[in-house]
Amino acid sequence: MSSHADVERRLGELLRTHEEQVISRWTQSADAPRDELTELYRAILRAIEEGGRDLADLRGLLAELSRSRARAGYSPAETSKAVFGLKGALYEIVVAHADDEVLRGFIRFARLIDDLGLFTFEAYAEAREKIIMDQAEQLLELSTPVVKLWEGIVAVPLIGTLDSARTQVVMEKLLETLVETGAEHAVIDITGVPAVDTQVAQHLLKTVFAARLMGAECVISGIRPQIAHTIVTLGIEFGDIVTKSSLADALAHAFRRSGVQVSGGPATRVTVRAEQA
Amino acid sequence: MNAEREAAIASSADVVAVRRLVRSAAIEVGLSLIDQTKIITAASELARNALVYAGRGEVRVHVVENGSRRGLKLVVSDEGPGISDVERALTDGWTTGTGLGLGLGGSRRLVDEFDLLSEPGKGTSVTVTKWAR
Amino acid sequence: MERVPILKLGDLLIVSIQVDLDDQTVLALKEDLAEVVVARGARGVIIDISAVEIVDSFTGRMLATIAEMCRMLDAHAVVVGMRPAVAITLVELGLSLGGVRTALNLEKGVALLDHVRGAVP
Repeated sequence: MSSHADVERRLGELLRTHEEQVISRWTQSADAPRDELTELYRAILRAIEEGGRDLADLRGLLAELSRSRARAGYSPAETSKAVFGLKGALYEIVVAHADDEVLRGFIRFARLIDDLGLFTFEAYAEAREKIIMDQAEQLLELSTPVVKLWEGIVAVPLIGTLDSARTQVVMEKLLETLVETGAEHAVIDITGVPAVDTQVAQHLLKTVFAARLMGAECVISGIRPQIAHTIVTLGIEFGDIVTKSSLADALAHAFRRSGVQVSGGPATRVTVRAEQA
Repeated sequence: MNAEREAAIASSADVVAVRRLVRSAAIEVGLSLIDQTKIITAASELARNALVYAGRGEVRVHVVENGSRRGLKLVVSDEGPGISDVERALTDGWTTGTGLGLGLGGSRRLVDEFDLLSEPGKGTSVTVTKWAR
Repeated sequence: MERVPILKLGDLLIVSIQVDLDDQTVLALKEDLAEVVVARGARGVIIDISAVEIVDSFTGRMLATIAEMCRMLDAHAVVVGMRPAVAITLVELGLSLGGVRTALNLEKGVALLDHVRGAVP
């Protein structure tokens, strides 16, 4: 009966002696660059020679491999198959040198590869999740424009369902815009928002208060009847915050506050003139 | 990276030093600018509390991980008189000192996790965590 | 301890805070400012906090106190340049700086003071 150490030593020898051959077979089956696999192969060899206790380096390499695959659009099966392919590649060598130790070594080796394959799968899933999260974030930024309505007046037209995270992003962006443009009036238009919950309403309120601390006034416009109902039912205090039913009313309010006069009705020629405040 | 950092609080200049320590750790963890500001402000409140009520204290800063998320954990502790009524201490406007009484309740709103341990006569330890979004 | 410089411009005083404020510095600023307002007969005080990254409840309360003190000394105070992150944090803390006039930047602060003084001669 041979010890674990003997088995590992023998397996290590085999892997070292036939490195060229195994890597060639592996490269064929795995559809991966030879350099990458060679590096991986040596890390596996080192891990086996050290008794399979320290897998940190190996895991690092595998995680990198999984990440690059996930980004390049490979499927998880393809990715982990690249690792499992090493078993097949080594099998030929094992058959040619079959003795008791080698076979037992191969079983242990196969187990190690299975573990590594699963790890690859997990790392792949994690990398994908990260990609999805990054994309969600990019989408968030795309969908939240802050537009200039007039000199000193900006607006955020919010469209779609507001969740807490999105509201926070929009609000931060609005406050940043106030600093950048020096706009003292902002309109938060929620005409396109079907519903708000307590958290979202709180975020809206906090934004108005934060803008005030910075020296700007916010008007909230486009509050639908259902939303007004929700806000009142939830017991959220809008206090002295100015609300307007439409974006147009909010703009007119901001004009008045900043000393811009609009003359003429909708059907006539409109002239606008700004007064020095 | 996971090394724990700490600072003693014995003067109001130390409160400023605590803010710097927390800022560098918050940047390292990747907190957004707003979240950095929130956790630094919370640290400032808690450090001042330790200074005002216990005369001195200390802050320990840990980088923590939860899956793929990283966060910053602060433990602000003192060996002061402790708080006999924790619920009340967390109520806005309640203070036994000269402040506004926004320190504890306010800091709780600035962080994601807030844990207060206090034993009258032995001291107070507040642990707060802010996760990177 | 550092002292925050107070600049004089006509009957305006301009305080531009460029350091990380510790409590002693804020308290010293409050005292210095009261003296200078009286000595110069200043009618307006602008406190520029655009470089300030952290305003906690103590500093926030002091800003409110300074503004209140200025009012009593017949000067209007405006806090200008508060950063968005600072504003959001103060709101979260529950501090409204009740009654302190604010403006987005120094220029708008000066305009606001002109406006206020024009309305109340």
